[in-house]
Amino acid sequence: MSTHSHPIELLRFNTCGSVDDGKSTLIGRLLYDSKSLMEDQVEALEKSADITGGGQINLANLTDGLRAEREQGITIDVAYRYFATPKRKFIVADTPGHVQYTRNMVTGASSANLSIVLVDARLGVIEQTRRHTYIATLLGIPHLVIAVNKMDLVEWKEERFQEIRSEIEGFLPKLGGFRDVKFLPVSALNGDNVVDFSKHTPWYEGPTLLGHLETVHIASDWNYGAFRFPVQWVNRPNNPTDHSLHDFRGLSGQIASGVVRKGQQVVVLPAGIKTTVKDIWTYDGSLAEAFCPQSATLCLEHDIDISRGDMIVGLENLPGRSSELSARVCWMNPRPLQTGKKYFLKHTTQTVQAVVTAVENKINFDTLETVEAAGTLAMNDIGAIKIRTAKPLVFDGYATNRLTGSFILIEQGTNLTVGAGMLAPPLEACKPEYSDFAI
Amino acid sequence: MSSYHLDHLQYLETEAIHVMREVAAEFERPALLFSGGKDSICLLRLAEKAFRPSDIPMPFLNVETGHEFPELIEFRDRRAKELGAKLIVRTVDEAFAKGIAHPTPGQVSRNQLQIPVLLAAIEEFQFDCAIGGARRDEEKARAKERFFSFRDSFGQWDPKNQRPEIWNLYNARVNPGENMRVFPLSNWTEMDVWEYIKKEKLEVPNIYFSHERECYRKGGQWLPVPPPHTDATKPDPYAGARPKPNDTVKKMICRVRTIADMISTGMIESKTETIDDIIGEVSAARVTERGTRADDKASEAAMEDRKKAGYF
Repeated sequence: MSTHSHPIELLRFNTCGSVDDGKSTLIGRLLYDSKSLMEDQVEALEKSADITGGGQINLANLTDGLRAEREQGITIDVAYRYFATPKRKFIVADTPGHVQYTRNMVTGASSANLSIVLVDARLGVIEQTRRHTYIATLLGIPHLVIAVNKMDLVEWKEERFQEIRSEIEGFLPKLGGFRDVKFLPVSALNGDNVVDFSKHTPWYEGPTLLGHLETVHIASDWNYGAFRFPVQWVNRPNNPTDHSLHDFRGLSGQIASGVVRKGQQVVVLPAGIKTTVKDIWTYDGSLAEAFCPQSATLCLEHDIDISRGDMIVGLENLPGRSSELSARVCWMNPRPLQTGKKYFLKHTTQTVQAVVTAVENKINFDTLETVEAAGTLAMNDIGAIKIRTAKPLVFDGYATNRLTGSFILIEQGTNLTVGAGMLAPPLEACKPEYSDFAI
Repeated sequence: MSSYHLDHLQYLETEAIHVMREVAAEFERPALLFSGGKDSICLLRLAEKAFRPSDIPMPFLNVETGHEFPELIEFRDRRAKELGAKLIVRTVDEAFAKGIAHPTPGQVSRNQLQIPVLLAAIEEFQFDCAIGGARRDEEKARAKERFFSFRDSFGQWDPKNQRPEIWNLYNARVNPGENMRVFPLSNWTEMDVWEYIKKEKLEVPNIYFSHERECYRKGGQWLPVPPPHTDATKPDPYAGARPKPNDTVKKMICRVRTIADMISTGMIESKTETIDDIIGEVSAARVTERGTRADDKASEAAMEDRKKAGYF
């Protein structure tokens, strides 16, 4: 009976692959074999097995929660699952394989530390494998696992496993490369190399899937680079809980990257005003320093006009500032992207109007080459675009900062989220004309 | 970099604080659904962490079925007062009187009837957002929820057409009449909630701890025997929910694991006196939390159907 008295890390991962690659079965297997399932869940599983499964327990039913999914035997939307072992806690996003639901894979993968791409050992690498691997790379997910599933159906042949491995290793460099890639031969249905080692793979010397998930190094996945603090909410009490805080004026937000210290000089952008961090206020008391991704309330030396959407940054490595932006965008709506049409663009804590001025190209997932986009992107396309915003953004390139380098596009009127964008690095760092604050 | 490290509770906390501040910044008239249950107790602490030293910038809202545990009501009212928050309570009985809702013939549980009452309250106060304590680990349909869950002008959830949620960029835009349900505890598990309550030393209603209570056996669960019907001028609100002559009734040492109202909360036999005892019990549990909720047992899609209709 563990009550986790020691600090436990949280690993977020997602599973992706093509239809019927066995993603949901794999997660079901992880939950089942790590004894994370409860009796009533197993009971419900057995009940549905009697009705629809001809008596066989269908592990996929654990994650396919919606009626249409159970009826059609597919996963429609991202399903989140939670389990823990004595070593770690896990958040799993089970993301769908159907091409029309690629947007959900982007949703499930955007906050992941690790992606598992499933490959059917019989079919080998297909377009979906390339697409999902590409998306995982594009989203900057630090760790990748290629799980070659259904190895039992190719008689556990090492040659087949190596063949698939070489093919993927062949195109990975084209994607910019992962820091960390692992290949595993598994059978999700039978549980081989998922939680327990398989007796069919004497030639495989790596860890089991769960063993890898429990030990992969994630402590440095957070961004401890340049300090970035998008102001989320101005905290100015009318009736402060503590009367000594009558003149309290704090800037609340979550640190997007880096570390901030009490007494440190910072710049408020876009105004370009230099000031000092007087206090890092939290409900639990003041901090000497705070780091990504902590939430905090910064009090500054000077009473500057600051509002939501402004960014407080360190003096080194300033971000860019521009209203003409280049980005790669994943289109997520059946109505194609229209150049010249106004969208809302949400970036960090601000929303501005934006127009897509050009679609430069899109990705062909068969070749992973860029091709002509004919001025538009359809649902599930990923392409390079140019955008003009009504107000300049203070931003970083997505490759250096996932949180200050990303945005979403929202269709006006319907308010649907139609695109997920990743910004190219700024052409130059912003050069504020520093006005040291003088009273 | 090992000193710059958040454990899982700190991670979940900072994520939830971020979500709450997005609500305060993006919506004009948000509300926080506070029932006095363990999940919404965590929400209150997170609201304190997100907004102090300012006031919590939204009222608390609770929908009563009329079958509540009295201990819960007392706790709810007291906590709202201690935090200096405005508490709005709307009840199924008032909704009957106003004709907003109607008793379902043959149905004693008023769980479903909370839906029209909640929707009417949202309309009455023009709330454009309601923060709730629902968690994805509770139930399969909830596992598909977003942090920001859009509801159309009928309060309906469309699970097949949800807004993609990417990074920490929440799309909070709604048109007049539409609203958002926001779930800061989306990524929390039952265990996380108890560990957080322990870490933050949060008070919880005493029915979470073992006490002696008369219960009766129904549908594989031990349901609490409702309080006696004393006011003869009114119909018994618990008619149909009282033990039948042949039912097994016994006094037991028990507690609640999850709280709905007295009609749909199964009591579990338990000897837990401290939060640590509860954590021990949860980690050794062999059924899920909602396994003790009669309202979820109706069918495999019970929750999905209620959520589509506007349930939280």
